[in-house]
Amino acid sequence: MGNYYIPVKYLFSHILDAKIIDAPMITNKTVELGSKYSPDFVCMPFKYTLGTMIECLDKKANVLFQAGGGCRYGYYSELQERILKDLGYDFKLVNLVTMGQADVKKIYRDFKSLDDNFSGIKALYYLFITSKMVKYMDKIDDFIRQNIGFEVKKNSFINLNKEMLYKFSKVKSYMGLRFLYLKYKRKFKKIPVKKDKNHLKVGIIGELYTLMEPFSNYFLERELASYNIEVKRYTNAHYLLFEKKNKVKWYLKYARDYAKYRLGADGLDNVGRAKYLCKHGYDGIIHIKSSFCTPEISAMAILNRISSDYDIPIAYFSFDTENSDEAMKTRLEAFLDMIKMRRDRNE
Amino acid sequence: MDKVKIGIPRSMYYYFYGRFWKYFFEYLDVPIIVSPKTNKEIIKNGSFKSIDEMCMSLKIFMGHIDYLKDKCDYILIPRIDNYGYDNQTCTNFLSLYDLVSNVFDVNIINYNIDYTKKQREIDGLYYIGACLKKTRKQIYHAYKMAKIKEKKDLKKEIIYNYNKLKSNKIKILVVAHPYNLYDDFIGKPIIKMLDMLNVCVIYCDKFESDLCRELALDLSSNLYWKYSRENIGAIKLVEDKIDGIIFLSTFPCGPDSLVNELMIRKTKKPCLNLILDDMDSLTGIETRIESFIDILEKKIQN
Repeated sequence: MGNYYIPVKYLFSHILDAKIIDAPMITNKTVELGSKYSPDFVCMPFKYTLGTMIECLDKKANVLFQAGGGCRYGYYSELQERILKDLGYDFKLVNLVTMGQADVKKIYRDFKSLDDNFSGIKALYYLFITSKMVKYMDKIDDFIRQNIGFEVKKNSFINLNKEMLYKFSKVKSYMGLRFLYLKYKRKFKKIPVKKDKNHLKVGIIGELYTLMEPFSNYFLERELASYNIEVKRYTNAHYLLFEKKNKVKWYLKYARDYAKYRLGADGLDNVGRAKYLCKHGYDGIIHIKSSFCTPEISAMAILNRISSDYDIPIAYFSFDTENSDEAMKTRLEAFLDMIKMRRDRNE
Repeated sequence: MDKVKIGIPRSMYYYFYGRFWKYFFEYLDVPIIVSPKTNKEIIKNGSFKSIDEMCMSLKIFMGHIDYLKDKCDYILIPRIDNYGYDNQTCTNFLSLYDLVSNVFDVNIINYNIDYTKKQREIDGLYYIGACLKKTRKQIYHAYKMAKIKEKKDLKKEIIYNYNKLKSNKIKILVVAHPYNLYDDFIGKPIIKMLDMLNVCVIYCDKFESDLCRELALDLSSNLYWKYSRENIGAIKLVEDKIDGIIFLSTFPCGPDSLVNELMIRKTKKPCLNLILDDMDSLTGIETRIESFIDILEKKIQN
């Protein structure tokens, strides 16, 4: 998922005495492999992860990790394991979330069976560093998203981000990590940007996998940046792992006119975010999801009402395993033109 | 004094709790109106009101609400989240209430069941009672009586279903969610077809649900959807007494897409996977069922 392979690799390489194989970047071949062996109308992340797993197994990996919960995610691992076993691979799949909840004792036992020298305290320490790393990465990402559309020199943000991630993966202690973060934060702020006073602002909401894996949304954020647009996105790994529990209550209260209960997975969050974005002067909202994502489909009906109440346009993109991104680009262009015209008319 | 009239859509939850609700409101002396069996009109209205990617069952549900919206004072839509961590429901069920309240302008009477937050079924019913101006004692009494009556009816059906297993005809287990199986537009035509072909149809949901839920863990240790577990348990329970399995699901059902695939890979019996959508003609399905039965007959003869 995006750049998150770096902290995950960091964590496992420190707590387990094993050779970590980099999951290859997702390409059209991955998607093809995945959808070949998947059920007909399963949602897209299943196909992507299955494709990645096959590619990893071809690289001679023998232990895979899978985690998830909330909607269909939690049940992925069992079917994927079966499909891969039917294909003739020999491996062990460690599922971090079972029966809809994470069981710490079970996870400890699983790791112990993988590696006799596995130490819980050491794991906790590195887990702490990894969580902080994810937090810092997400903070920097947020900053990049706000400014990348206005950079003077092309690719300056992306190059610096790559450099930072490389340094992060070599870090040894928490203090070292923090020092690096502060250093690069300053560097990022020094990158020259040219912002208009009334630039367009767009919020992206939607299903978590499609949001966080740039390949699955055909690099939508990069596309938006090329139109000189400030992008706001909420969902990131830190949010899902640590903030979500507290935020849900706030969203329930904030969006009480629209939703009384949780809608499953990120459904309620997106309703709350849409209301927030509408109220805080964003010009448009882009809602992306993988096709057949059930919680988001329910949320879409509610988003329609928010859109008409606040008079803010929402564009819905549903991604599946197509080969071309032209259709998406055309729709996006039309949507952005429409936002611009609305802005000019209101002024 | 005018009595409050409660509308119950004949879809989704109706097939799990419909009988219970009927007895419950009978004891409370509250008149109910149940929407008619699914027909073309209802599906058309439902599709018009819903998002195009919603599952077929949900579209039908919206159609039923559309029918009921000005024929009663309240529409009963419970929200059943879970019966514990390992007994969750599909995400469509979680959002039914909010979906309806945003799309339609209707009064909804609603209760929430969430065992992980200690909201039991009876608590939800107390809440309904407060809306209907009934005392807690009345509610408790009605709840207990309705449960007893429901149990009696279920027992009869379970015995009937078990007796079917002794028949000499070809026996086929139909695995589907009750709201698809008994729906007049999705499941009923297919069961009629099977009856015409002289096949003994065994329903997957007419077994002891507690037993089925336990048995399901043998087939799939990580399955956490309550209703799917009940279906899958039935396969385990009667696997060596039947000749074939038909999986019936609507397009694009979330849990079924994964669970049915896994079951097809695991079970040793011949099986047929039918996926239904808003169709005008069932001829394609008919051909598939006929050839499936033919294969089974040949297999038995050998």
